[in-house]
Amino acid sequence: MHLLYSIFVDPFMQMGHAPDLLVQTLWDGLVSGVLYALIALGFVLIFKASGVFNFAQGIMVVFAALTLVGLNEHGVPAYVALALTVVVMLVLAVAVERAILRPLVNQPEIILFMATFGLTYVLIGLGELIFGGDPKVMISGELGLPSGSYRINMLGGYVQLQKIDIAAAIIASLMVAGLGIVFNRTRIGRALRAVADSHRAALSVGISLEQIWVVVWFAAGVVALATGIMWGARSNVSFALEIIALKALPVLILGGFTSIPGAIVGGLIIGVGEKMGEFYWGPLVGGGIESWFAYVIALVFLLFRPQGLFGERIIERL
Amino acid sequence: MTETEARAQRIGAPVLAVEEVSLTFGGVRALTEVSFDVREHEVRAIIGPNGAGKSSMLNVLNGFYQPQHGIIRFRGREFRGMKPHVAATMGIGRTFQNIALFRGMTVLDNIMVGRNLKMRGNLLQEAFWLPAARREEIEHRRAVEEIIDFLEIQHIRRTPVGQLPYGLQKRVELARALAMEPSVLLLDEPMAGMNLEEKQDMCRFVLDVNDHYGTTIVLIEHDMGVVMDISDRVVVLDYGSKIADGTPDQVRSDQAVIDAYLGVAH
Repeated sequence: MHLLYSIFVDPFMQMGHAPDLLVQTLWDGLVSGVLYALIALGFVLIFKASGVFNFAQGIMVVFAALTLVGLNEHGVPAYVALALTVVVMLVLAVAVERAILRPLVNQPEIILFMATFGLTYVLIGLGELIFGGDPKVMISGELGLPSGSYRINMLGGYVQLQKIDIAAAIIASLMVAGLGIVFNRTRIGRALRAVADSHRAALSVGISLEQIWVVVWFAAGVVALATGIMWGARSNVSFALEIIALKALPVLILGGFTSIPGAIVGGLIIGVGEKMGEFYWGPLVGGGIESWFAYVIALVFLLFRPQGLFGERIIERL
Repeated sequence: MTETEARAQRIGAPVLAVEEVSLTFGGVRALTEVSFDVREHEVRAIIGPNGAGKSSMLNVLNGFYQPQHGIIRFRGREFRGMKPHVAATMGIGRTFQNIALFRGMTVLDNIMVGRNLKMRGNLLQEAFWLPAARREEIEHRRAVEEIIDFLEIQHIRRTPVGQLPYGLQKRVELARALAMEPSVLLLDEPMAGMNLEEKQDMCRFVLDVNDHYGTTIVLIEHDMGVVMDISDRVVVLDYGSKIADGTPDQVRSDQAVIDAYLGVAH
């Protein structure tokens, strides 16, 4: 009885007693949710257009951030380094298309998935070789990102909002809006969706698969760079960041592997769920549930809606 | 007969030809030394029993399959094997036997994809939705609307193609191919699975395209009546080899063709 009380009643009483803490927890959850959403977005872009589940998305985040910081350490001004990093991501996209996608076209998905494992280790090795394995500090100040926080008095207490988090939310929204326009309104966006729907029909109207693959991998690279900057600014840039790729999995299960809005909504749900779970239900089991609670949410979700919130329903004729 | 004569006058020199094309998949011979040509403005049919290699032939023409032997000539250029991208760039459009549309997209978007090669905008302009990109979008939208009017599919513009009935999907596929402004159109069984009324509509559209846009048409069809009505010349394939080639009347009375269709020879 006491257990049921502490699961189903007590947390909500706490929320009612300290609404400012509730708002703070929600905000923290939304902020990490934005970052999860960005990582998931990188996955979705590539999965949609080439059917590849890109295990290397996490390391691409690290690699992009490392390149940016590393170039800056070697005396390149911050904005030039940013531009150069974008170029590096383009080169990476071309290299992936040439070395992995083109030779493996029409192979089973599992083969391509395994190839992205290989890519992961190549990128780890390359990153360590060029920039060293030590954690680095993100150059957020040089890039003009704000630091410090706003303190808002409300609901009989206060809520603290980090400026960098607000910036992250704005930048992420702009990127998503930009991708939305490109996907829905432009030639390249239509070509991307076309390739996702039918390879042979896309080929027959003269869409080049190679070009589309480069474009999506490049877009995923740019998304990875943005994620790396935001994430790096909150902790620091090290290979440990790679595991955030695993955080994208529950987001993808929730949002569906092929849906951009799904990635966003899924990311936010997971972010908020994690923080709320940790804060209100964590103490029941001694805390520290944040690292696995997302998977529990995803698991429960999987039972009821296996295709995800916005994923395509798979109906097969028997 | 004046109409037939007028048509005959429009038909020009060969634009597309295959010479001794052979295609094998492992040990299976799909095509054996097939040669024929297609003339400008012509409606050219490829017929034959099931498994005769008709679709394979079309896939060779637009570069989905690479033949082991033989060459393809198109507008004075010679190819050992075509590539889909090259075929599309040079003006060869096509439709598929089992409809290959972009199911998640609207009719309008599907046809707009057909404009892909005609659009010039670069990624940067499009990413920021600059005026140049917007202008181009409007300009191509106009061309697409014209095709929509032409094929009488105005009412389903905004419908996702997955929700359309079969006959209309076939028409959307034709519209997408037309959006490329092809000079040669390859149609793989454009009337398969249609009812009589839909077939008549499709026949009319194929002939209208041929008349109005001057598009050369290569089509595969099972319905003999349709083939004989709309084609200028017919190639007959059986077991991957050409067994007859000529006007509908010549082909109809050819003993080898009759045998192939009635199964006497085998």
